[in-house]
Amino acid sequence: MTAIVDYGVGNLFSLSASLAAIGEEAAVTRDAAAIAAADRVILPGVGAFANARRKLSESGMESAVLGAAEAGKPLLGICLGMQLLFERSFEYGEHAGLGLLRGEVVGMSGRIPPELPIPHIGWNALNIVRPGGILKYVNEGDCVYFVHSYYAEGCGESLTATAEYGLPLTAAVSQGNVHGCQFHPEKSGRVGLGILRAFCELEEGRTC
Amino acid sequence: MITKRIIPCLDVRDGRVVKGVNFEGLRDVSDPAALAAHYSDCGADELVFYDITASAEGRRLFADALREVARTIFIPLTVGGGISSLEDFDRVLKCGADKVSVNTGAIRDPSLVREAARRYGDQCVVLSADVKRVDGEFRVFARGGRDDTGLEAIAWIRRCVRLGSGEVVVNSIDTDGVKGGFDIPMLEAVCSAVDVPVIASGGAGCAADFTELFRAVPRVSAGLAASIFHFGEVEIPRLKAGLRENGINVRL
Repeated sequence: MTAIVDYGVGNLFSLSASLAAIGEEAAVTRDAAAIAAADRVILPGVGAFANARRKLSESGMESAVLGAAEAGKPLLGICLGMQLLFERSFEYGEHAGLGLLRGEVVGMSGRIPPELPIPHIGWNALNIVRPGGILKYVNEGDCVYFVHSYYAEGCGESLTATAEYGLPLTAAVSQGNVHGCQFHPEKSGRVGLGILRAFCELEEGRTC
Repeated sequence: MITKRIIPCLDVRDGRVVKGVNFEGLRDVSDPAALAAHYSDCGADELVFYDITASAEGRRLFADALREVARTIFIPLTVGGGISSLEDFDRVLKCGADKVSVNTGAIRDPSLVREAARRYGDQCVVLSADVKRVDGEFRVFARGGRDDTGLEAIAWIRRCVRLGSGEVVVNSIDTDGVKGGFDIPMLEAVCSAVDVPVIASGGAGCAADFTELFRAVPRVSAGLAASIFHFGEVEIPRLKAGLRENGINVRL
């Protein structure tokens, strides 16, 4: 069973529907015991970093997520949920992240050419840095759907895919049992469902 | 590289798609989920559903239809039509919408844009503006293009982006329905005024109009149309193949 962490941030309808579509049993939950009992955990999220970080801790879900990561359960952060996995974010100030992955989250503004719209919204091609893992069904150049104005940098060896938007933006990361995608697999058609399927095929304690 | 988006727009009344959408092989031509699946298979990058129902019962039927679409189609869904409060945002987001488009509701109360962006994030709030030339300026119209608000369009769009709209749909009333091509000068004016993605609407009559749009205004992120897709005048797979042949990056 896959637990989708509900901490009051974002819309979980599509995510649970997409897991149902690939035949994966999933539960949207804010119960720490359910997360501890799950085979794997998805941390979603949209909106602003500081607000999400605060809600994650107030809801008691922060320790549940950290516990799952420590126990070796496959953990997937999506969009802002991925950004929360890093050391810190500079979205409206400086905020500490969960520190499960090396790297920090910075704004696109001033770092990408001015003719490119911000937010980065739409379907962009994945350039695969390290294949396999959650990307095992993805081909080089497959498009996925992004919506964000901030991105992770300095991710080191966890970087598995980028997307070109004035610079190579971090699109996907994996390190041990901790995974993240900046784009929305639940909104990325067949390619996205393939990524969720690959994640659901990961097993506890097995890294990729 | 980011791709240019092609977005079909569907009008829904009492939970059924109106305007006589007609495709071979589709059993129920007004079932939103069947049409959404068809468009998703054809390569539509996103879908927009406008609820043109006024009644509470119609809105309930719309919600049911939307839930069914979101359960089966995994591409971005934008919902608009009659959105005038945070409760309206909440209602459609809970049914699986990813973005909500505001038009007359924002004109009545611009703080709706700010409050919605604060609660759901900028990416969720799409400003839709119906714009027409009046006395040599671009003017915003409300209530489906019926009422001249007196607002200058570029200033209005900038204001809404500052308040938190993460995307703007520009629908030119001057070119809408004419099928002579998108309103290039209007789109250029909007694109040079805001940083967020701009979606062009109104005027597409054939595939070449999309090529012209993306060539003439490279900053435009997407082209939106309704009847030319519904009546099969422009088929999305062929449209996208043609765009790519013309050097415009699209998702195939």
